[in-house]
Amino acid sequence: MRAIGIVLAGGNSKRMKELSNKRAISAMPVAGSYRSIDFALSNMTNSHIQNVAVFTQYNSRSLNLHLSSSKWWDFGRKQGGLFVFTPTITAESSDWYRGTADALYQNLNFLKTSHEPYVVIAAGDGVYKLDYNKVLEYHIEKKADITVVCKDMREGEDVTRFGCVKVNEDGRIIEFEEKPMVSDANTISCGIYVIRRRQLIELIERCAAEDRYDFVKDILVRYKNLKRIYAYKMEGYWSNIASVESYYETNMDFLKPEVRDYFFKQYPDVYSKIDDLPPAKYNPGAVVKNSLISSGSIINGTVENSVLFKKVYIGNNCIIRNSIILNDVYIGDNTVIENCIVESRDTIRANTTHIGTEEKIKIVLEKNERYTV
Amino acid sequence: MIKKEMIAMLLAGGQGSRLGVLTAKVAKPAVSFGGKYRIIDFPLSNCINSGVDTVGVLTQYQPLRLNTHIGIGIPWDLDRNVGGVTILPPYEKSKGSDWYTGTANAIYQNLEYMENYNPDYVLILSGDHIYKMDYEVMLDYHKANSADITIAAMPVSIEEASRFGIVITDDSNRILEFEEKPPVPRSNLASMGIYIFSWPVLKEALIKMKDEPGCDFGKHIIPYCHGKGDRVFAYEYNGYWKDVGTLGSYWEANMELIDIIPEFNLYEEYWRIYTKSDIIPPQYISSEARIEKSIIGEGSEIYGEVVNSVIGAGVVIGKGAMVRDSIIMQGCRIGQGAKVTKAILAEDVQVGDGTELGVGEYANSTYNPKVYQFDLVTIGEHSVIPDHVKVGKNTAISGVTLPEDYPDGLLASGDYIVKAGGIR
Repeated sequence: MRAIGIVLAGGNSKRMKELSNKRAISAMPVAGSYRSIDFALSNMTNSHIQNVAVFTQYNSRSLNLHLSSSKWWDFGRKQGGLFVFTPTITAESSDWYRGTADALYQNLNFLKTSHEPYVVIAAGDGVYKLDYNKVLEYHIEKKADITVVCKDMREGEDVTRFGCVKVNEDGRIIEFEEKPMVSDANTISCGIYVIRRRQLIELIERCAAEDRYDFVKDILVRYKNLKRIYAYKMEGYWSNIASVESYYETNMDFLKPEVRDYFFKQYPDVYSKIDDLPPAKYNPGAVVKNSLISSGSIINGTVENSVLFKKVYIGNNCIIRNSIILNDVYIGDNTVIENCIVESRDTIRANTTHIGTEEKIKIVLEKNERYTV
Repeated sequence: MIKKEMIAMLLAGGQGSRLGVLTAKVAKPAVSFGGKYRIIDFPLSNCINSGVDTVGVLTQYQPLRLNTHIGIGIPWDLDRNVGGVTILPPYEKSKGSDWYTGTANAIYQNLEYMENYNPDYVLILSGDHIYKMDYEVMLDYHKANSADITIAAMPVSIEEASRFGIVITDDSNRILEFEEKPPVPRSNLASMGIYIFSWPVLKEALIKMKDEPGCDFGKHIIPYCHGKGDRVFAYEYNGYWKDVGTLGSYWEANMELIDIIPEFNLYEEYWRIYTKSDIIPPQYISSEARIEKSIIGEGSEIYGEVVNSVIGAGVVIGKGAMVRDSIIMQGCRIGQGAKVTKAILAEDVQVGDGTELGVGEYANSTYNPKVYQFDLVTIGEHSVIPDHVKVGKNTAISGVTLPEDYPDGLLASGDYIVKAGGIR
């Protein structure tokens, strides 16, 4: 095996608003049956990377629950495995991860005791399929020090929440601007990096010695003229879910046949934790149009242009439109929900109305008690 | 030292010939059920939910699907350092190599497996029943009675009783007599084919009866033990239990799942049923689809109409198609404008565009009237049915069929097409 994997899953984003109160972004449910981190983890296992560490920090309970067993992604091996690294108090340090580079520094032992020559670092909030071996081959071919996976965004798309790059004709990154106020570049960094393990250790140690903590700002931006940093342009679907708008859009993208076909039917598969829920059930009165429905759901009302996650109950005469209903939500009779994201495990009482708009998706968080017999 | 208080032996070697073409290439316990499961998931889940973590699965007929399904037992948490699930096929011996000739003979040939775990009790199960049962409660009952054998039995209506093995008990539920399919039943307690044996009793009986041809629990072992005065008790069970041994009962048990509040409820938190799922994505219901009173498995795409049906995982139902009162197992493709009425489609069947299944009037089966008598169109796995043909009621199809197999584009009611080597 040529590489170990690191998934950065500690982050929080104000752009997720109330949705991130409950969990790290990497644990956000995506596309009905998955969690955001499943995409990075599945890419790792499908690229035959067997030794994978997940760095968590922010609100990791939900994520830890999801990562309770490594077998869903086939990491439960004698060689390698799936490791979850949370900040701990040690003899030298009692700090949280002060940034991505600091997180790597605090777990430097994992890097030092591995024997694979390369490291693949991926963010846990991307929805995509990628064979990291292809990036690695490119990295070797270009004799790069660091390779950054990049994506050309459509003309006019807002890129200001990403790292924007400009590359020369060889693919080397000549400009790297993190979350620019305005940008004329439309190539962005996907937050996926390939780097030689020894090189990474060296850079991280130097960073720490200088009290610098951020991988992007203090390594990529700072070293771009000194080190050979290359951009690998990825094709195919890629989306970052770290804002309410893009989270909503990414989920809605799965209503498109080509997106479903790409993720659900084409090799390789995306894996996730198995929940052992029964098939979805449609009772008399159910009217479902252009929607994704996940297992364990029971539907008695109308659902249109929506994504229902697992174990959702829709009562009689309900109307659910253009909405995302997260896991284990109970919606009582005669309720109307339009242009909303309903937070998981919520209970919406009968005769409730929640209406958002296409421009401003409403996040529904009622936190009602559920009475069960 | 290895020690398990109770281990389970699960009989999963039977063909289940009364399921017709459904079991042509797969053992009955591996047949899909309820849009997601296979029949064997129910006893296996009962085992782990009851705290029985050592299960020997006896296979013989067409075991491939069973083997791949069970694997090392991960879905049921039966991947254990000690115990867990073990597949036990018949094996060659230095002399007297034998297939499993009967239920008790199969267990006898695996005495050594059981001995390994040093059990106090052995639970004998069959792999073809749909039910949820706590075997631990049954074991407590067995112990409280100081029983040698406890047989699970359930009350059935007296009309039905003549289809079952009936037990006649005294006030303390000790079994006085057995009657196999009695024309005039004297009791309505039917044996469910679930036994707990105290290990020394089982071992002695199996060795004693080892030369009995086709040695069977119901016919030989239990009468032998009863005859020598062993304490045999009936454990009355009052929950949902269904033998899905015939096409009719298989179809019915599936259809019961779609009731608004099904008697056999898979949606309860308590007593989960586990299975190996290969297909994870959600299902897609298109704008043209209409779904009424159905259950639908993961990853299916519905563009047509589905009424009163059980649809498995990864099924595609084309635009304008209509599926009614049917069971469609995983991986099937229903062509555009096809009409499927009262049919059972095994895995990966393809139905052509505009084809109609279940048309015309009922007729007796010319193939096997005992098996095919429930007014169902039954299609074996990996079968292909061409575009624009009509298939009558009470029919059977297996294999890749071509338009020329349907004279005048029709397979008449009661008729059949069974092709050899129909596998993909």
